[in-house]
Amino acid sequence: MTRHAPERMPESAALDLERVRADFPVLHQRVHGRPLVYLDNGATTQKPLAVIEALSGYYRHDNANVHRAVHTLAQRATDAYEAARQRVARFIGAQAPNEVVFVRGTTEAINLVAWSFLRPRLRAGDEIILTGLEHHSNIVPWQLVAEETGARLRVVPVDEQGALILDDFESLFNARTRMLAMAHVSNALGTILPVQEMTDVARRHGVPVLIDGAQAVAHQTVDVQAIGCDFYAFSGHKMYGPTGIGALWGRMSHLQAMRPYQGGGEMIRRVSFEGSEYAPPPARFEAGTPHIAGAVGLGAAVSYLEAIGPDAAGAHERDLLQYATRRAQEIPGLRVIGTAEPKAAILSFVLEGIHAHDVGTILDTEGVAVRVGHLCAMPVMQRFGVPAVARASFAVYNTRDEVDRLIAGLWKVNEVFGR
Amino acid sequence: MNDLRELYEEVILDHNRNPRNYPKKPEGTTHTAHGFNPLCGDEFQIHLRVKDGVIEDVGFEGAGCAISTASASLMTEALKGKRVEEAEKLFEVVHDLLTREEQVDDDELLGKLTVLTGVKEYPMRVKCATLPWHTMKGALEGKKETVSTE
Repeated sequence: MTRHAPERMPESAALDLERVRADFPVLHQRVHGRPLVYLDNGATTQKPLAVIEALSGYYRHDNANVHRAVHTLAQRATDAYEAARQRVARFIGAQAPNEVVFVRGTTEAINLVAWSFLRPRLRAGDEIILTGLEHHSNIVPWQLVAEETGARLRVVPVDEQGALILDDFESLFNARTRMLAMAHVSNALGTILPVQEMTDVARRHGVPVLIDGAQAVAHQTVDVQAIGCDFYAFSGHKMYGPTGIGALWGRMSHLQAMRPYQGGGEMIRRVSFEGSEYAPPPARFEAGTPHIAGAVGLGAAVSYLEAIGPDAAGAHERDLLQYATRRAQEIPGLRVIGTAEPKAAILSFVLEGIHAHDVGTILDTEGVAVRVGHLCAMPVMQRFGVPAVARASFAVYNTRDEVDRLIAGLWKVNEVFGR
Repeated sequence: MNDLRELYEEVILDHNRNPRNYPKKPEGTTHTAHGFNPLCGDEFQIHLRVKDGVIEDVGFEGAGCAISTASASLMTEALKGKRVEEAEKLFEVVHDLLTREEQVDDDELLGKLTVLTGVKEYPMRVKCATLPWHTMKGALEGKKETVSTE
């Protein structure tokens, strides 16, 4: 096979890429002497100045605890925290800000629903439906509540391309089905799940639906009302926001009926040793001092993303994905894992006879950062019969030149291994 | 490329392409242990036949990256015919070679294993190289639980 010259095509017109890249200080550095090419956005995205400055500005000017004291800084901190909640609520189409609970991230959001919503209504023999594309964080919390109650998990199978096999989907539902939990976008393969259609089926059977939106919110417009789900969970750090902050959106009728997740300050209305009265949502689920700066940073990330437009970002990333997928065909021995349509900008692959960790190390010496391993999706790896994959995942600031660097790096991998 | 070649030495690439004593479980195996690094997916079984304090034969099964595979392969070559105490000493020396700041000057004992020196420059990969060795040590100690270096 021959090396092709990189294609010179205009970058997507809707984005001023140079300006976008200038917003992200971390991108402008060298790694092992080469300009950094950051393609591990599925793990975490980089942060724009707007977010970094929101965090720093909060700590420089407004820092205080929220919802407690009467002094000026406390008022400012509370306003900033609640303003962030409003932005997040609007961003995903919530009916009211109070439907948004701030959590540490997607994982905590799912655990919260598993323990506070599902656990009390789960009995032995009940069933929870998951899909074969889930991240461990959307498997293990359900497994924990199922183990405790004697409930069981049922799994929607995955085909050769990495799409869900939905022919018999409806037959999974029965009188014992208590929950459907699924990813919006597969973190391992990029498959975009037909969440709206699947939610419709679940609703017909009166089954509540949780969607793990960690890989979706930064790459397409999300409207929880249009999807029709009951809970939607996502992390700040995968959408240009800080780590340690995320959001759980839930229908108010559910949130009001749910017991607290953790006990402490902030989540109560009245406490005595005879018993406590819990605060209404979302405070009921935010025990202790929250990650106020994180929430402020997440609010800034939402504003940043809205200014670009999640759909415009997604279109640019899909263009990169198509280009990368096409160019990857040049590499001898490369096999793409996950070719289902529609697909978000995630390119997972294996190189025949070369372990993903060796691929990752060699790419790193070329300044190219990709993720290697099982991607916290061991069932997906088992489905495709591979112990590990390498994954390039794209964000709004990536370029075709960077795809070329990835491809050149993969030639280097083959060279080192004598192919 | 130069520093990469220190990690991916010819000897390492060769042992990765054609692992010695692999896949093999010696007849009359007396000691076996399972090594697994779940984050990487590197997974090996190390088998030893020990008689009168001497490692008569050794083999391994499983799969992993080039570094862990080559490390396991080189290890099996180095261990054959050694006394158990010598194997334990070799474990210590290889461990130092991979994890200690100071240079380890034990070339005589290490022999071909000195090619593993380059791994030290890649901290994320040290666990790959040490997995087979810890698994071997676990086998000699009769460990039943899975060994991991993550």
